[in-house]
Parts: sequence; structure tokens; C-alpha cells
Amino acid sequence: MSEAYQPARILNQGSTQEKAEGARLSNFVGAIALSDLISTTLGPKGMDKILQSPSNLLDSTITNDGATILGSIQISNPAAKILIEISKVQDDEIGDGTTSVVVLAGELLKEAEKLIHKRIHPQTIIKGFRLAKNIAIKKLREIAQDHSENEEDLKKYLKKIAMTIFSTKILTPYKSIFADLAVESILRLKGSTNLESIQILKKTGGLLKESYIEEGFVLDKKLGVGQPKRIENAKILVANTSMDYDKIKIFGSRVVVNSSSKLAEIEEEEKKKMLRKCQKIVDHGINVFINRQLIYNLPEQFFTDHGVVSIEHADFAGIERLSLVTGGEIVSTFDHPELVTLGTAKVIEEIMIGEDKLIRFSGCKEPSACTIVLRGSSKQILDEAERSLHDGLAVLSQMVKNPKTVLGAGCTEIIMAQAIEEAAKETSGKIQIAMESFARALTRIPIIIASNAGYDAEQLVSELKTSHYKGNTTFGVDVMEGKVCDVQKLGIIESFLVKQGMLLKASEATEMILRVDHIMSSAPRRRGMN
Amino acid sequence: MLRYDSSGKPFIIIRDQDQKERLTGSEARKANILAAMTVANLMKTSIGPLGMDKILVDQDGEVTATNDGATILKNMQVENPIAKLLVELSQGQDDEIGDGTTSVVVLAGALLEESLSLLEKGIHPSKISEGYEKACDIAVKHLLKICDKIEFDKENYGSLVKAAKTSLGSKIVNQYTEKIAKISVEAVLAVADLERKDVRFDLIKLEGKTGGTLGDTELIDGIIIPKNFSHPQMPKQIKNAKIAILTCPFEPPKPKTGHKLDIDSVKKYKELLEIEQNYFKEMTDLVKKSGATLVLCQWGFDDEANHLLLQKKLPAVRWVSGTDIELIAIATGARIVPRFSELTEKKLGKAGMVTEKSLGTTDENMIVIEKCSNTKTVTILVKGGNKMVVEEGKRSIHDALCVTRNLIKDNRIVYGGGAAEISCSVAVNKASKEITGIEQYSIRAFSQALLSVPIALASNSGLNSLEAVSEIQLKQIEKESPFLGIDCISMGTNNMKEQYVFDTLRGKIQEFLLATQMAKMILKIDDIIRPTGQY
Repeated sequence: MSEAYQPARILNQGSTQEKAEGARLSNFVGAIALSDLISTTLGPKGMDKILQSPSNLLDSTITNDGATILGSIQISNPAAKILIEISKVQDDEIGDGTTSVVVLAGELLKEAEKLIHKRIHPQTIIKGFRLAKNIAIKKLREIAQDHSENEEDLKKYLKKIAMTIFSTKILTPYKSIFADLAVESILRLKGSTNLESIQILKKTGGLLKESYIEEGFVLDKKLGVGQPKRIENAKILVANTSMDYDKIKIFGSRVVVNSSSKLAEIEEEEKKKMLRKCQKIVDHGINVFINRQLIYNLPEQFFTDHGVVSIEHADFAGIERLSLVTGGEIVSTFDHPELVTLGTAKVIEEIMIGEDKLIRFSGCKEPSACTIVLRGSSKQILDEAERSLHDGLAVLSQMVKNPKTVLGAGCTEIIMAQAIEEAAKETSGKIQIAMESFARALTRIPIIIASNAGYDAEQLVSELKTSHYKGNTTFGVDVMEGKVCDVQKLGIIESFLVKQGMLLKASEATEMILRVDHIMSSAPRRRGMN
Repeated sequence: MLRYDSSGKPFIIIRDQDQKERLTGSEARKANILAAMTVANLMKTSIGPLGMDKILVDQDGEVTATNDGATILKNMQVENPIAKLLVELSQGQDDEIGDGTTSVVVLAGALLEESLSLLEKGIHPSKISEGYEKACDIAVKHLLKICDKIEFDKENYGSLVKAAKTSLGSKIVNQYTEKIAKISVEAVLAVADLERKDVRFDLIKLEGKTGGTLGDTELIDGIIIPKNFSHPQMPKQIKNAKIAILTCPFEPPKPKTGHKLDIDSVKKYKELLEIEQNYFKEMTDLVKKSGATLVLCQWGFDDEANHLLLQKKLPAVRWVSGTDIELIAIATGARIVPRFSELTEKKLGKAGMVTEKSLGTTDENMIVIEKCSNTKTVTILVKGGNKMVVEEGKRSIHDALCVTRNLIKDNRIVYGGGAAEISCSVAVNKASKEITGIEQYSIRAFSQALLSVPIALASNSGLNSLEAVSEIQLKQIEKESPFLGIDCISMGTNNMKEQYVFDTLRGKIQEFLLATQMAKMILKIDDIIRPTGQY
């Protein structure tokens, strides 16, 4: 028998194909496994995960942050990769809700899997899901409360939102302190979403609750040797220039000498050149000089002699922030002092946090800048606290732009689910079943949160549903007490943007995965090739 | 293979022949046809508004999810030579028309499938080829007969939007077809020259950005470059910008010939220093003198030059990519200047507004150049919840742009939903009865193969495919209306005119021609020699 009658192989060796049911199965299994993995971190009583880096086993991260967990696990399943991607985008765009977006997508896929077993075509499911999503978004917009009118009000709500965010993180015991920290630093930004000007400084030692806001800006550097530790009315020149040895940047130049005396001459000239540069810098009439690059002993000596305090090797982010905070421009040439804008600060002083010496700039030109100093007993705790704080800050900064809130604690999910169920009753055909499934997936979120807290989740959530049917539409699950109660009174409030982002991204990813009926994987690139 | 010369000594014709295997004659043909059918069957499920997508994982584990035939085939890492031909075929359709890349492969596969039974009847492959050729002629002539014209102008472009919608209907963007179709058509119209019926595609830029949903995709009257200003203190907004476009770095020149510059005295050292300082000053002075208010540079800047630019109040952007540079040059009417000394006021481009915009909470910025003076240039900013959606969105929009362009070049259309194929099939079948001889068989086979696309369309839509297609066939013959097609999305009518589903005539003709050509080519092969163990 000739091979002509065997099924033709058309792909490269090592490539694999999965078709129809197989492809769908592999997509569902991958995506659902991923969402199950992460679903235990959801909610105030969710658990954390330890992530060990493959290269250095001693370097581990303990976290509860969805985007961080998903970003560091190695996955080959394509559908799971799509979920990781949406979590990352949610993180970039809004900053929080990175876990719930994946969990919701996973629950939607679980429901879709059941529907496919019932022989409903994926495209029909997609149609139903779309309809349901639109209803949910519409409902969400309806129930969202706008707080842009009243500034005092806004502040109160910002704090509540921050508390809700922090209550699912390591900061829970001190959520009030951190919520205050976050709100205050965000309000300083006055509506800008540039989180760059809020600096988070981590210093081991002390307790988390000893964290505080430092007015102005703190730079984790030391002042030059033998220079004063406190400068008032500082005039600051922020520079990015080489102060170690200043090469002439003309291609192909090199020094060729035929006697040591000539070498000494050139060396002398080089030194002079550096000193001339220092003189030019001093001529700006400054008393503080901060450089991004290293400052060698010779120029440092010169600055000390001329009463200028020098700070070397402030990294790039530090320099950009400093120039932002002090209002000075980043300077690289020094020929026109009259054209240069200098930065100012009332007081620059060396302070101690724990055992480290740091430099504090206070009374800066730009009042929006501040530094949050985080204290904690270990590096892991500090890292996790920073991530949590960053999530909070990101959400709050978006909130200031779009100050709409919805109720948390599963209340919003139930309202949306019920709106969908209501609409499903009027839709005939298989689409109806898909819509009901969407609603069920939404209800799964409070169930997971409650079950992570160790309660009889199905019971609680069904009670919650009943109370919503009775008209108590502000009710949610209180996972601290394990009962259904009025969320409005508890003050568990979430950002509208987070919820909207979660819904949109999860349903888009689900749709994308559902549409697939064929997976073709190339053979992995062999090491050493290319 | 062994041959013997006149003295009876064996000699070998093919090198290393023990490591090669060979298929000849009908076996070779069957193997080839089978390979082509495998590829075609693979593509069948992605036809039509309810077609499915494929996930492709590349060598590095990157995931692509797509519905676009050309993209699927391109990324499939095909090894079989016949399958590779089909990849090329789809690529050809993509380059020429930009749409219908899936149907062309399915049609080629169907033609070969039909030829299989003809071969078994003992009909010679070249006879089959001839028959296909004739049948294709008939089909194309029929298309020209049944085609319709759509009318549009700069203001009333509703009909174009409808055509774009047909193209977008099968992709993941179909939730927002109305909006995206409108954006695509507006983009094309913005750069189109309706008089000359020409569209300059290079003036439309597709830029992707994750965040939001596909529905947030927008059309920007200008150009977006994913870059920052080179110095954080430069102004973020420039009105009435005069743009200098440079392709030389803000650094002292590096001559290409190798050279050394020896310094052996203090005097020379000082001189060199002065020269260096002057380079920077001269460069920025020259730019300032030309009257420019914005500098775009393809290369990097030295720190000192960067600061000098800031001091001279010249906002600048570095490392702008070559294609962006060209686009901006066209849009703003600027000349690309390779040396500072050649910069003059005439060579500057003009733009009404240049802004740096930040997006989301990450530190990613974009520079938007709007109100360019010279030519209309537009950017479609595609948004989406994840990277894969954005990429697929870009591909889909590209298809829609192509369809719109084709309609501007040639406003003749045929009806979609399989209507054109069914109508041609009927016509070819009818014509076959007037031709005597063996060709009649292959022409009839062609008419059968034409039905493959409507059948796939119907079965993807969950209909009883054969029944649905034969029903339409009957209706078309009865009513003599070539615009009856498969009702894929249960609109309740088979009339494609009412559903506004149409394809471009150009695309359809091209599809028929390319598929026929490919089938003929594959039928002609009767010998495959390849190293063993490859399959």
C-alpha cells in the first residue's frame, strides 16, 4: 500500500495540532485551571502565594496580587496565556481587579463548557454572552454613583474605596492608615494620573503601621563627604553630565605621547578642564548640585571648597522626579547660567529612617510631590505592601478623573446578574440559556469570595439573592461576620472603572477563546538555533 | 533510479538516491491532492460570519488567535511542498485583494477534490486542466454579467460601509462592525483620490494599544508615534509646529572610513575640546536658525545636545522609526534632511498641533501629530482588552480597508453569502451541456467545486448544508435572481440585496482565477522526489 493513501502530514516536524473538540477541551482546561489557581486569592480572606524565581531559589515573592502571580508563572497553554494577558492589561489600565478579571473569565468559560456539552454552538453562546454583557454594563452604569460634585464627599469615598482595596491585601490590619496615606498623596496630584511624583520608599525595620507620608521628596543617597548636613533655601542644579572623567566625544581620538612630561601636561590639562566645568557649575549661583552620574573626588572637593553640596549617582528615575519636584530642569551643558531654571527647596537635610541616612527635600516648588515611607519587618512584606499600595494609588488616581462608585461585597455582581436574568426571560431561543449562564458566572464571584473566607458560600449567596429579590438592593455578603447585610452601611465601595474593566475584558477574552476550534503549535525553537 | 549505458554498466542519475524516495504518476498526484485537501479542510471552518478562529502558537510560544486565512497559513509552519503552494496562493490573494484569502484556498481544495474522481475515471490531468480553464472563463464572464454597481461619494458612503461590514462580519470585531466599518471607510476616503480612483495605503497608519475594548477604536486625523519627548521638561504640546526631520544623530560625526586622531600636546587637546563643543552648538544653532519648533530625529542625542535643545526651546523626539519618519514627511510636507548644514526653512514640515499623551497608569506615552499641512494622513488607533485581540483587530481592519479601496478602484460588486458562487455554478453547469467530449466532465466538476464555499458557509452557520445550498440553487434558477444566498445569521431572507452582503467583483474574479491556476499547477505534477523520512 502506498503512502499516498495515508493521511497527509503538512506541518513541520514537532508541530502539534488540536482540532474541534480537542482544541476546545484544551482551551477550557488550561483557562479554567489557571483561574482556579488564582481564585483562592480573591477577597478579604483570600490566601497568598509564594513565587520562587527559577534562577535563584532564595529569591521568593509572597503575594496576593493577581497580575504579579500570573506574570511570573510559566504557561504554555495558549488560552491560559490570553487570560494572563488580560490581567496584565487590567493592571496597566486601572491597576486593580487583576484577579477578578481572570476569575470571571474562568467562570464564564466553565459555564460555556457546560453549554457546549448541551450541543449549543459556540457562536450562539457568544451571542448570548454579548447580549448579557451589554445588559450588565448598562445596569452597572445605572447604579453607579457619581461623586464629582462635592469635594468633601469625594474624599470620603476615595478613602472608602482605598479601604476596600486594601482589605484584600496584606495591609488589611492597618487599612485605615494606608487608606489615609493613599488618599492624601493622590489628592496632592490634583487630578493628574502621573503616579511618578508619588515616591514609595521601602525601609526594612519597624512595623507596617509605622509607615508615613514624608512631606516633599526623599532621596535614598548620601551627601558628599565633609559637606553640611542641612541647607536652607537651597538652589538646586539637577544635572546629567559625566563628572568622573570627561571624555571628548570625537570619534577616533586618542592620546599619543612620547615622554612622561607630556603625559603629565595633558593630565594636568584634563584636570583643568574638569575644574573649569566645576567652576561653570558653581557660577550658576547654586548651593546644591545633584548629578545622575558619579562625581569623582576631585570635583567633589572643589564643590565642598566652594560651599556647594553635591549628591552623586542619583539614578534616572530619581533625577526625573527631582527635577519635577524642585522645578529645575535637567542640565547637561553649563555655558549659559542665565538660561537655566534652577530648582528650589526650603530645606534639604539628612535624616535617619531606621538606620539609614537619607536626604530629604522639603518645601519644594511642586507641592504635589510626596514620599510614602513604608516600614516593615522583612523585604517580602515591604514588597507586597508596595504592590498593594500601588494598586490602591492607581485606582484612586483614575477615580479622581472618573469619580463613580458602585457597592462592593458581591452586591453589584448580584444586581447585574439579576438584570441579566430578567432580560433573559424575554429572550427566546438558545441565547436565553447562554444569558442565564452569564448571570450564573457573575454570581460565582461572591460565592468564591465567601467560600475563601470559610463560610457556607452557596447558602450565603442564595440568601443574598433572596434579599435582593425582596428589594434590598444594597445588600451584600459581609465576609468578616459571615452574614448578609447592608453594604451601604458597611461602607464597602468599589470603583466603577474596575468593575467595568473586569466585565469588558473578561467577556472579550472569553469570546476570543470560544471562537477557536483549532490550535496549531509550532515545534519550540531549539536552543542554539538563531 | 538505475539506468544502464550501452555497455551494460549501471549509473546513477539522482545523487544519494538511496536516501531519497520517489512517488510517480497517479500516486504522486493523489498524494498532492490529498495534501491540498487537508489544508483546505483546515480552513473551511473559518468561513462566514459564524466561522471559527484558530489559535497559532509560534516557535517562541507566542499566541496568535485569528480568523484571517492568510495569517493562519503564514504562521502554520507548513512543510509539505503542496501545502506551501497553497500558503503562497492565499498570500497572493492577500497582496492583490486583501480579502477572500480563506475562500480561495477552499475553492482550490475543492477543485482538486473533484479532479480526484475524474482521475479515477481515467481522464488525463491535462484534459482536466483544460476543462477547468474553460469553466473558469465561463464563470468569470458570468460574474461580469451578474455584477451590480454601487454608488457613493465623499459624503454618502453608506454603501461602502455596508461592504466593509461584510468583510468584518466574520471576525472577532463583529460586535462593533458598524463603528469599525465606518472608521475604515472614513480612513480610506480621507486619503483617497476619487477622481483618479487611487488610494494611497501608506498614508493610513494602524497603531495598536491595549486597554479599553475594541469598541474604543478611534480614527485620528494625524499620525501617532509611540515615543516620548527626549527631555522631560520639554513642553507637552506644540501649536503650529514647524517640524525638522533629521536622519543624522545629534553627535559629533563618525566618518565611515577608519581613522585615528592623535593627541600629543596640550594645545591639540584644547583644540579638540573646542571642536567638540562647537559641534554641539553648531548643530542646535543650525536647527534653531531654520525656524523649526520641533525636531524629529531618527537617531539618538548626546546628553549635552539634548540639553542644548531644551535651552533653545526646541522640543525633540529621538529614535523615530524610518517608516514613521517617511509618513510624517509626506503628511507635513517636510523634507527629510540628512545633514544639519542642509536644513533650511523650506524643508520644514507644518502641523497644527503636536501633543504628548499619556495612557493608563503605566509610563507609556504617545506623540500625536494632528492637522498636518500637506496631505491627509490618518491613523486608526486600535484598542482592545488584550494583545491578541488588538492584533486580530488590526488584521480585520486591514481587510476592511482593502475592500473599501477595491471598491473605490472598481465599484462593481457581486452578492455574498455564496450567492455569486451558486449563480456561477448554475451557469457553468448549464454551459457544460453544450460542450461535447471529455471536457464536459471537468467543466461539470468545476461547477460542483464552486459550491464548496456556500456549503462550508451553510454548515458553519449550523444549517443542513447540502439541503440549504440545493434549495438556493433551485430558487435561483426559478426566479433567475443571482442575489439569493445563504442566510447565515438567520435574518429571515435569502435576498443578499436586502441583507446588504456583498463582495467586490475584483476580489471574486481574482479568487476564481487564482484557485483555478493553482489546481492546474498541482495537477501537472507527476513526480515527487524527496529525502526519506521527511513525512
